[in-house]
Amino acid sequence: MSATERSARLIEGARGAWEVVIGLEVHAQVLSHAKLFSGAATVFGAEPNTQVSFVDAAMPGMLPVINRYCVEQAVRTGLGLKARINPVSVFDRKNYFYPDLPAGYQISQYKNPIVGEGEVFIDLPHGETVRVGIERLHLEQDAGKSLHDQHPDYSYVDLNRAGVALMEIVSKPDMRSSEEAAAFLKKLRAIVRYLGTCDGNMDEGSMRADVNVSVRKPGGPLGTRCEIKNVNSMRFVVQAVEYEARRQIDVIERGGTIAQETRLFDSKAGETRPMRSKEEAHDYRYFPDPDLLPLELEQNWIDGIAASLPELPDEKKARFLRDYGISAYDAGVLVTERELADYYEALARGADAKLAVNWLNNEILGRLNRDGRTIGECPVSAAANNAILRMVADETISGKIAKDVLDIVWTEGGDPHAIVEQRGLRQVTDMGAIEHAVDAVIAANPEKVEEAKAKPKLAGWFVGQVMKQTGGKANPQVVNALLKARLELPEEG
Amino acid sequence: MSLPSSPTDFSLADARDAVRTKKISSRELTEAFVTAIEGARVLNAFVTETPDRALEMADASDARLAQGEARPLEGLPLAVKDLFCTKGVRTTAGSRILSNFIPPYESTVTQNLWDAGAVLLGKTNMDEFAMGSSNETSYFKPVLNPWRARDSNQNLVPGGSSGGSAASVAGKLCLAATGTDTGGSIRQPAALTGTVGLKPTYGRCSRWGIVAFASSLDQAGPMTRTVRDAAILLTTMASVDAKDSTSVAMPVPDYETGLESGVKGLKVGIPREYRIDGAPSEIDVLWAKGAEWLRAQGAEIVDVSLPHTKYALPAYYIVAPAEASSNLARYDGVRYGHRTSDAKDIVELYEKSRAEGFGAEVRRRILVGTYVLSAGYYDAYYARAQKLRTLIARDFTEAFTRCDVLLTPATPGPAFALGAKTDDPVSMYLNDVFTVTVNLAGLPGLVVPAGLTANRLPLGLQIIGKAFDETTVLRAGRAVEWAADFAAKPDAWWRAA
Repeated sequence: MSATERSARLIEGARGAWEVVIGLEVHAQVLSHAKLFSGAATVFGAEPNTQVSFVDAAMPGMLPVINRYCVEQAVRTGLGLKARINPVSVFDRKNYFYPDLPAGYQISQYKNPIVGEGEVFIDLPHGETVRVGIERLHLEQDAGKSLHDQHPDYSYVDLNRAGVALMEIVSKPDMRSSEEAAAFLKKLRAIVRYLGTCDGNMDEGSMRADVNVSVRKPGGPLGTRCEIKNVNSMRFVVQAVEYEARRQIDVIERGGTIAQETRLFDSKAGETRPMRSKEEAHDYRYFPDPDLLPLELEQNWIDGIAASLPELPDEKKARFLRDYGISAYDAGVLVTERELADYYEALARGADAKLAVNWLNNEILGRLNRDGRTIGECPVSAAANNAILRMVADETISGKIAKDVLDIVWTEGGDPHAIVEQRGLRQVTDMGAIEHAVDAVIAANPEKVEEAKAKPKLAGWFVGQVMKQTGGKANPQVVNALLKARLELPEEG
Repeated sequence: MSLPSSPTDFSLADARDAVRTKKISSRELTEAFVTAIEGARVLNAFVTETPDRALEMADASDARLAQGEARPLEGLPLAVKDLFCTKGVRTTAGSRILSNFIPPYESTVTQNLWDAGAVLLGKTNMDEFAMGSSNETSYFKPVLNPWRARDSNQNLVPGGSSGGSAASVAGKLCLAATGTDTGGSIRQPAALTGTVGLKPTYGRCSRWGIVAFASSLDQAGPMTRTVRDAAILLTTMASVDAKDSTSVAMPVPDYETGLESGVKGLKVGIPREYRIDGAPSEIDVLWAKGAEWLRAQGAEIVDVSLPHTKYALPAYYIVAPAEASSNLARYDGVRYGHRTSDAKDIVELYEKSRAEGFGAEVRRRILVGTYVLSAGYYDAYYARAQKLRTLIARDFTEAFTRCDVLLTPATPGPAFALGAKTDDPVSMYLNDVFTVTVNLAGLPGLVVPAGLTANRLPLGLQIIGKAFDETTVLRAGRAVEWAADFAAKPDAWWRAA
């Protein structure tokens, strides 16, 4: 489905409907032990200025040398975005003064990025799929961090982050709602995490987005855009877009015009504000970095990386639909995290695939959510859960007992089979034993029998009593069938 | 080999042999130079003298020599341009902004020298950040040329930017020195001081640890008293360095080998565009003489054309300042180097530290470079200069289909008086008219002393070669040197001073 075919998500203004147009520039920190042009480490949260080489500190005479692994990661990401990999790309210097930019320039890629056009498909809850074009991906250095809260008179600088490799991934202006923008970011995050090229950790700043927003009359020419800098969570992307779109509509409807500008998102106030004009009046004086040769990639090398790509979310989702017969919605949720998808596959092995999804959604994710844990921190392995599901399938235990078993394994650990055996949780399917219990309950409650015959719904009371007598282990289907026969109830109730 | 009257008169080659055969110890040799340096302070050739370190290094070399473990430059005292970072030894780049900078690392080129056993005498004076052709832009005051015109007491410039290295080689304050050459900074001072200067092919010597001026043009090279010495020093200075992405992975030959094999059959090109109006006739006369010397030794002289030569100087004065404006942005007073003592915010810290730290010529080039890279001017200046650079390189490629090396004048004139050109940057820039083309094309260029003016000032000739063909360049240079038999020496007037 093309971008224009999808259902319109318009914003009502005072004078008619408006369409919001969104493009994202996402900065994703490359997963690499060393920086883009130096051997310094990249561990998050280290003591200030402990991961700084002479190159990172821009000491006199120091020269950058490209980190081959970072290049490989960028190419891998490009391939994951189904993008063109440029055989020749160029590193440029972006010149500006700032204390956390030691060289006075950032090495980036300006005219000739390493990755060209690609695409990402996003799933919307209504079952729609939207294609978002990728304009380019380029490699660049991160800057250091200025610390303004350490001393009353001085600002401090931490250069640990200076020189860390970033991928700037630029989308086409293909998104039409805050929801789509968040879905894009989420999908992009899933892709880089599948690829292992970025940890996608927005809290630690491993991924952050600049959001370009404009509004227009539906189908009309594009409006003037504003760029909202450094939005660092999905929720903030939604809030920033919604605030900014509304702001622009109000300005235009009141007869004003939108000035192209850079804005900041204030997450506390939930609003965007213009950055000081001084900060955007840069002339970056880009020119090719003479310390670095153009980056030339061999097709063989690119092909080798392509051959090693993992199954990506879209492919995995298609396979789940095909192989497991689960709903598109469930498949979409499962593939957002590679770990979740892997967990599901282990869980569903040899079990009923749909039951496995329900078990995962209702029992496992429910408990994880309650405990504030991720799937990676799940205390019960997929194999143990698979064993529980298989015991339900072969009627060793009932569905209710299965939940009890999960609770036990969750808190105490242990093997589900052993727990079922040791605690006598095996379902009773011995007809004689169940008949005995049914007869005993009927004999002890003649007045209830009369009531039940008049009001068949009351048979449920007998089921409860029988289960009580059998310690919950009686096969409920068998109990139901026997009760119906003994109480002479109609088959359909 | 006969021992000279003073150890400081040794060539590098002779000193090497004398030290190896124990005719002189490294300590004796080093002490002689330490004394010579002390006696020549009026020349102001050194920014920092390192006599203690020198003697320590000499003693270590003597110990090695005693063990029979001599390395290629064992115990040989050298001077190093103050643009090479030397671990634990102040490295200023001739600038106030780095006047207190002590690097915690050693440049690749100087590390190569120490690994070969060389001894550091000190760091030589230079034009600030290598920007200048007379050594007058140094924050540490000008260097004086050991040469004076006949019957004159007027102080002359040694050329620049490697003026301190050139003066110390000419004044016998070291056996040899390192220089760097961005537009002629090795070759022009060599010509003005009657010494040998070689700018190798771009990528031959690592730039790692050399304070950057213009990264795509900068190249380190030897400054010596003989062509053989240049070959010896280059063999050690050159290396393939993974820390410099522009270092070229070509094995380093022994440049001394084949030095004397002559020029018989060698095709020597004479580029007609290097004849410039207004140059003293002595330059053209010497040039013609040089061609005749080579012809007499069996070379074939061919006329060639380098049609874009006239654009070289303008292109250079766009490219070099552009790169410099970016390279020098790191000197901001934040992490090291000079910081202003009164700044009320970060912008003032930048502005004052840099205004106080940089001299006028450096400021001028930063301004020019910033301008030519600005939005709206980039295409008109920087992009066009890069196109010219391509055309200039192509001129050489075509010329080299017809010859093996080129012979040109080194400079438009001899050493000039201090202050003679400081008020006129363009006339100062013209000093590099014969040398910048080589930097723009990335080729090797060698200047050899070839004669004296009527006033008894040295003049040089330049041999330009194909990329990475330093061997042929040195061989042709040796033929010029042999024929010129340049034996003149400056009177050691500074010793009396």
